[in-house]
Amino acid sequence: MAPTIAVWKFSSCDGCQLSLLDCEDELLGILGRVQIAYFPEATRAEIEGPWDVSLVEGSVTTPEEAERIKEIREKSGLVVAIGACATAGGIQALRNWANVKDYASIVYAHPEYLETLETSTPHSDHIQVDLELQGCPISKVQLVDTLLAVLSGRRPNVPTEAVCTECKRRETPCVQVLGTACLGPVTQAGCGAICPSYARGCYGCFGPKETPNTVSLAKRWSEMGVSEDELLRAFRTFNGYKPAFREESARHG
Amino acid sequence: MADETRTIKTDYLARVEGEGGMLIRLKGNEIEEVKLNIFEPPRFFEAFLRGRYFTEAPDITARICGICPVAYQTAAINAMESICGADVGSQIKALRRLLYCGEWIESHALHIYMLHAPDFLGYPSAIEIAKDAPEVVETALRLKKIGNHVMTVIGGREIHPINVKVGGFYKAPSKAELEAMVPDLEWALETSLETVKWTNTLDFPDFEMDYEFAALDAGGVYPIEGGKRFVSNRGLDIPIDEFYEHVVEEHVKHANALQGHMKERGSFLVGPLARYALWYDLLSAEARGAAEEIGLPKAVKNPFKSILVRSVELVEACVEALRLIREYEQPAEASIEVVPKAGKACGASEAPRGTLCHRYEIDAKGIILDATITPPTAQNQPQIEADLRGFVGQFMDLPNEELTLRCEQAIRNYDPCISCATHFLTLEIERT
Repeated sequence: MAPTIAVWKFSSCDGCQLSLLDCEDELLGILGRVQIAYFPEATRAEIEGPWDVSLVEGSVTTPEEAERIKEIREKSGLVVAIGACATAGGIQALRNWANVKDYASIVYAHPEYLETLETSTPHSDHIQVDLELQGCPISKVQLVDTLLAVLSGRRPNVPTEAVCTECKRRETPCVQVLGTACLGPVTQAGCGAICPSYARGCYGCFGPKETPNTVSLAKRWSEMGVSEDELLRAFRTFNGYKPAFREESARHG
Repeated sequence: MADETRTIKTDYLARVEGEGGMLIRLKGNEIEEVKLNIFEPPRFFEAFLRGRYFTEAPDITARICGICPVAYQTAAINAMESICGADVGSQIKALRRLLYCGEWIESHALHIYMLHAPDFLGYPSAIEIAKDAPEVVETALRLKKIGNHVMTVIGGREIHPINVKVGGFYKAPSKAELEAMVPDLEWALETSLETVKWTNTLDFPDFEMDYEFAALDAGGVYPIEGGKRFVSNRGLDIPIDEFYEHVVEEHVKHANALQGHMKERGSFLVGPLARYALWYDLLSAEARGAAEEIGLPKAVKNPFKSILVRSVELVEACVEALRLIREYEQPAEASIEVVPKAGKACGASEAPRGTLCHRYEIDAKGIILDATITPPTAQNQPQIEADLRGFVGQFMDLPNEELTLRCEQAIRNYDPCISCATHFLTLEIERT
């Protein structure tokens, strides 16, 4: 039997699961080798668990979500968290520095109708996650590679180096050397170093790399004239709650 | 029998973007309740935008929706440039429209073939269609890919593009980079024309509603990337800055999304049906020709036929993309400098599923003081409930299973985007 794959949504924009449908060249090939057991964005059909692989998009922001991820963990062979929300809490983790009641009253006339947690957290805060794909959104290349790796029983190729290495391979001149503040030195590779190739500094949407030296980068940015407020905001975006970025933003708060 | 309760429901609606369900409760022949439940959790964008720098709004609000990030980026940019009095010039505007055509092609192709067509063909998904008619899904995927490619060339990537900013672009593509897309777009245009004919072979329930259609007025062109006025077929004609004086958002218990109503007028419809009815005369000769060939009237009131109108708009997006590439001249500067100015303004754009409005207030240093975002699905939600009420009233004799499927389809007519609307659907029909 072909392995079963379930695609779950938590608090998110749906962009990472759309990445699977955006694999236009590979999609029909992949579908020929797996059974889609649950993927409501694409199909009404459902196969009951347990499932071989669960792809989990989005962060945990409600009591229901906190319970659901535990059930998914129990019924899944592999749990793969996909995207910045699932691996870091996402942009909605900005509530973690605020009072969620204040937030609710800004947006909604009747905050009492809402059921929401004080925090937005990654799945790794709730369950044992087998593999994380960082990125806002994730890389399609990494997603396809991960699915193929699971099908063939090998380790997926997920780089832990900095975006800088991708710039070097693309022969993109260093934008920071040219005077544009860039988070590339502390951000995990995987996007293909898109921003610098468009003359823009990396804004960290793939989250921190392994052992990032954020202190040194922040010092360099200060020397370039970047203000403390700007530093705080730069580290506090889509992956702002990931420990390395969280700790760095706190140094500028 | 007369007092029998019937519940028609879907707990988790499939093939829509985001989390929602439907509940319809009937007692005999009376419709007691129609609810679009939105349990997509709130993410509080409008709250955490406060205190952020004004140039961050496009990248942050893109994350409201992975299906239409360009719509969010563009509406945010339009608002910020309006506040700061910035005029980016014709070539940057043309490039924004071209990027947006890419999003329309991708989103419309996805919805027509992969999300909506399975309802008409009796399949749970495009995956099963692919087993019986792989060429249909291959066509969809190639169209989608071409739309995504337009976004990748101009925006850097298709989901959450990185190359757009307040003031223009980080880097403007060369004419040659855009011209390289022409053969694909010519194929997409031919295929879109075939798509219009193919969607016309589908069966449509005999059902019409009397809509107030609303869309942006883009000043002489079919509205896509912006418009200074918001107009309807019933006499609404307001500057976009007055949007919130006419559209009120209501927080109802069954939805984590705010519902949009027109003050003293009630529900209204935004999206392809509205744009097409209001601006038919501004469509290209190819798009109008395609509509005429299948006998599509100027105002389509059967919401199930939105798939036909979406196909006509697919033609339009391809024609526009080809025209914009033909006429493109790479601007000397990819962006203009935008200096923050204290003020407040609305900015809007036509997301594939309808008008999206943002309103911001910023201070002299460029810090966002207040943000309000009204996505198309929030505006359409009361109209979707009205359609369900109308449809169930007319087709009550259908067996539960078929009625449930048809009601789901009636919701998918709108290509609803629930992640957007929460900043919305479970289908449930109860019969007593």
